[in-house]
Amino acid sequence: MISGIVTPLLKNGKWAYRLSLFACSAGLVLSGVLLGRIGPRNESFSFMMGHFPAPWGNELSVGPLEAVLATAICFVMLLALLGGRRDIFEDVLPEKQKLYFIMMDEILAALLALTYTNDIFTAYVFIEISTIAACAIVMAKDSSATMVATMRYLIMSLLGSGLVLLGIVLLYCITGHLLFPNLQQRVLELVATGQYAMPLTVVVGLIVMGLGIKSAMFPFHLWLPPAHGSATTASSSVLSGLVVKGYIILMIRLFYKVFTIEVIRSLRITNMVFLFGLAGMIVGSVGAIKEEHIKRMLAYSSVAQLGYVFMGIGLGTDVGIMAACFQILVHACTKPMLFGCASALSAGRHHNKKLYALRGAAYENKLAGVGFTVGALSMIGIPLFGGFAAKVFFASATMAQPVKMWMTLLTLALSTVLNALYYIPAVTALWSKPAEGEAGEKQPADPTFAVSTVLFILAVFFLGICYQPVVTLIQNGLALL
Amino acid sequence: MNKMARVKKEKKTPWQRFCAWVNGDAQEKSLLPAEPPKLKKKKAVKPQQKKAAAPKKEWMGLTRFDHIYRVCAVFIGVVIVTVLMITVVQLPLFGSPDNPADNEVVERYVEDGLKETGAVNMVAGMILDYRAFDTFGESSVLFLAVTCVTMLLMRDRNNTDKDEDLLTAREHIVEGHEEDIILIQIAKLIIPCVLVYGIYVVLNGHLSPGGGFSGGTIMGSALILFAVSFGMIRMSRFFSYSTFRKITSSALMVYAASKAYSFFTGANHLESHIPLGTPGAILSSGLILVLDICVGIVVACTMYGFYALFTKGEL
Amino acid sequence: MENLLINHYEVAAVILFGIGFLNLLLQNNLVKKVIGFGIMDNAVYLFLASQGYIEGRLAPILVGETARAADYINPIPAGLVLTGIVVSVSVTAFSLALIQRLYQKYKTVNFDEIVQLARQKGDE
Repeated sequence: MISGIVTPLLKNGKWAYRLSLFACSAGLVLSGVLLGRIGPRNESFSFMMGHFPAPWGNELSVGPLEAVLATAICFVMLLALLGGRRDIFEDVLPEKQKLYFIMMDEILAALLALTYTNDIFTAYVFIEISTIAACAIVMAKDSSATMVATMRYLIMSLLGSGLVLLGIVLLYCITGHLLFPNLQQRVLELVATGQYAMPLTVVVGLIVMGLGIKSAMFPFHLWLPPAHGSATTASSSVLSGLVVKGYIILMIRLFYKVFTIEVIRSLRITNMVFLFGLAGMIVGSVGAIKEEHIKRMLAYSSVAQLGYVFMGIGLGTDVGIMAACFQILVHACTKPMLFGCASALSAGRHHNKKLYALRGAAYENKLAGVGFTVGALSMIGIPLFGGFAAKVFFASATMAQPVKMWMTLLTLALSTVLNALYYIPAVTALWSKPAEGEAGEKQPADPTFAVSTVLFILAVFFLGICYQPVVTLIQNGLALL
Repeated sequence: MNKMARVKKEKKTPWQRFCAWVNGDAQEKSLLPAEPPKLKKKKAVKPQQKKAAAPKKEWMGLTRFDHIYRVCAVFIGVVIVTVLMITVVQLPLFGSPDNPADNEVVERYVEDGLKETGAVNMVAGMILDYRAFDTFGESSVLFLAVTCVTMLLMRDRNNTDKDEDLLTAREHIVEGHEEDIILIQIAKLIIPCVLVYGIYVVLNGHLSPGGGFSGGTIMGSALILFAVSFGMIRMSRFFSYSTFRKITSSALMVYAASKAYSFFTGANHLESHIPLGTPGAILSSGLILVLDICVGIVVACTMYGFYALFTKGEL
Repeated sequence: MENLLINHYEVAAVILFGIGFLNLLLQNNLVKKVIGFGIMDNAVYLFLASQGYIEGRLAPILVGETARAADYINPIPAGLVLTGIVVSVSVTAFSLALIQRLYQKYKTVNFDEIVQLARQKGDE
C-alpha cells in the first residue's frame, strides 16, 4: 500500500500542475485510508520493499504517528499548491513550470519516505533528495535575491548532510546494522556493556547537529529567513510548513527507534536541544520584530516556532515530544496559510511586501485578510486556535521537571509577548483604513486560493478545538515507535 | 583595523598550530594561514575601489564579524577533528574479521546472495535487489540534479547574455568551416570502442565489477567525446532535448515499474515469477540486468546532459 | 594510541574531513567551497570503504559454486559508497550550475562580494 503512495510520485515524465495535484490527493487519500485503518486498531506494521525480510531488504514502517504526519503532509502540500497557484504561474518562467512541479513531487515523495522509512541509509538518500529539490524550488523564481539565498541554503545543507552522513557511517561502523530495530537492539547492547560509549555519543551529536542545521535549529538558523522570504509563495509555504519539519520528524523517529529516549536523555543531548530551542524562540521573535518585509517576518517567526518544537524534544519526556509533534502539525497548517495570504494581500499593492505598504490591504482581499488574522492569532496563542492548544501542551509537559519548568514557562510567556508584538501591529496595519491614494485595485477572485484558505482556517480551528483525537493518535504512535 | 587583524592572526597562529599538532593534523597548519590574508586584502581593496560611497564603517563591522566567524570556524573544525580522532582510537580495528560490521547480514548476503538474486557480483546483487529502494532514490537524485541544472542553465529570457550569444555565434561559424582532421579521425576510432566497452560493463554488472553507474559513465563520456569532436550541431541531430527527456524518463519508468512489481509481490509474500537463470551467464539474475541497463541509460544521459548544459546551456 | 596507526585509513579520512569542513566554512570562493565539500564527502566514503575491508579476504564477487561468508569482504559498505558517490555527484553538479548563474549575474565567484552586490541592488 505504501509503495502505492511512494512509487508513482517518483516516476517522472511530463508532469504538469494537474498531475502533481493528483499525486498529492492520491497520497492524501491513501494516507487517509491508512490512518483510518490503523488508527482505531492501534497497531503498527512494517512493509518490506522487495522480497527480503527485515535485516536484509529495505523496509518501511508505519504507525499511527507516521500516518497522521503523512496525512498532514499531503494535505498541506495540496493546499499550498492550490493557494500558491497564481504566484507559481507568475514567478516561474513558463517553460520551467513543468520542472518546478517535478521538484514539488520529489519533495513530497522524499518527505513521505522520510516519514515512513525504517532504514537509516534510505533516510540519508531521501534527505539529499529533499535538499536538492528544496534548493531548486527556492531558486525557481530566478531573481538575484533567490539565487543568493539558495546558495546560502545549499552551503548550510551540504554541511548538514555531511555531518549526518558521517554520523550514519560511524553508527554503522560500531553496530553493523542500518535498520532501525536492529540498530536499537545493538545500541542497547552497547549501552549495557559500556562498549564504544564515546563513539555513540559522537554519533548522536553529529546526527543531531546535522539535522539541526537542516531544520534551522537556533545557531544555524541564518539561512532560513532569506531563503523562505524570497521564494515564490508555494515554495515558501512548502519549505517552512513541511520540508523543515521532515528533518525534525526523522530526528524524533531516530530518537525513539534507534537510540531510545532513555539513552538520549542520559547523554544529555536533550538539554542541549532544549537550550537551543529556547534561544531560537527568543532570537526568532526578536528578528521578526525588526523585520519590515512581511514574508521575511513570517520566516523569522518560523525560526521561533521551530524553537518551540526543539524545546519540546529537549524536554526529553513523552509528553514533551507529543507536544512537539502537535506543534509540528499546527505550524504546518498555519504557516502556509500565512504565506499564502501575505502574498495575496501584497498582490494588490504591486507585490510590495513591506509592511507599511500593506496598510488596509485586507479590505481589498477580505478572505486573505481573515486568513492572515486567524493565522496570526493562532501563532500568538489565543484560545480556540491551534497555537493555543500547542502552548498548553508545552506548559503541561514541563510540569514533571522543576528545573526546566520555570525556564520553559518564562520563555513561553516571553515569546508569546514577542509574538504578539509583531503580529498584532501587522494585523492592525492590514485592517486599518488606507491613507489617501494608497489603496490598491481590487483583486479578481481566485477560487483555488479561496478553497485552500478556507480549508486551512478550518484545519487551524479543528486543531484548536477538537485536538483530543489527534493527540491520542500521536500518543499511541509514540508509544508504538 | 587591518593591522590589528594581522596581529590577532599572529597571536592566534601558535595556539592553532599547537592544536593542529596535538591532533596530528599537519595539513591544516599549512592550509589556513596561507589562504585568508590574501583573500582579505583583495576583499578590502576591491569593493572600495568599485564603490567609494560604500560606508567604511560597515566594512569594518563586516571584517570584524568575518574575523570572529573565521576564529569560530577554525575552532569548531579543530574540535570536530579532535573528537573524531579520539573516536577513531576507540573504533574497531581496521581489517580485523570480528568487527561488528561483519555480522549475520553480511553472511546472508554472501552465502545466499547467489541463490536469491542470481548475481555473482554481490555488490550489484545487494544494491539492486536487497536494497533496491535506496538505489531507486539514488537514480531519482540524478534525475533531479539534471532537472535542476536544466532549470538553472537553460537559455531563457532571464539567462541570456550578449557576450555569450556572440561566443555561440562564433562557435557556430568555426564549427561550420574548420574541422580538425586528427581529432575527428581519432574520435571515429575511439568512440565505438568506448561505447562498446561501456555497454559491456553495463551488461556484465551482475557478473563482474561494474554495473549501471560505471558503465553509464563510460557511455556518457563517449557521447561527450562525440559532441566535442563533431560539434554540438551534429550531436543535436540525433540527440535533442526531447529525446533526452523521453529516454531518461522512460528508463526511470521501467525501473520504477519493475521495482513496484517486486515491492508489491514482496510485501504480500507472493512468489516472484522471474527466473533467475544460471549464475554466470549473461542472461541471468532476473531483474538485475534490466535494472542495470535502466540505470546505465539514465547515467549516460545525465553525464552528457551535464556536459551540454554547462558548456552551451542547451541540449 | 597504536590504534591510530592500525586505523590509518580512518585517520586519513578524519583529517581530510577536517580539511574539507574548514574549506567549506572558510573559503570565500564558491568554487573552492564546492571543492571543500567534495573533499569532505570523499573523506566519508573513504571511511566507509575502509570499514568493509577484512584482512586476507577476496572482493565480493563469487568464485566457484559455493560461497562461504568467511572468504569475502563485506559488500555492504561498497554498495553504500556507490550510492553515496552518485548523490554527491548530483549535488556537486547542482551547486556548480548555481555558481555559474551567479557568476553570469555578478561576474565574481567571491561569495562576500556577491552578497554585497545583491544588497546594493536592493532586496527584491
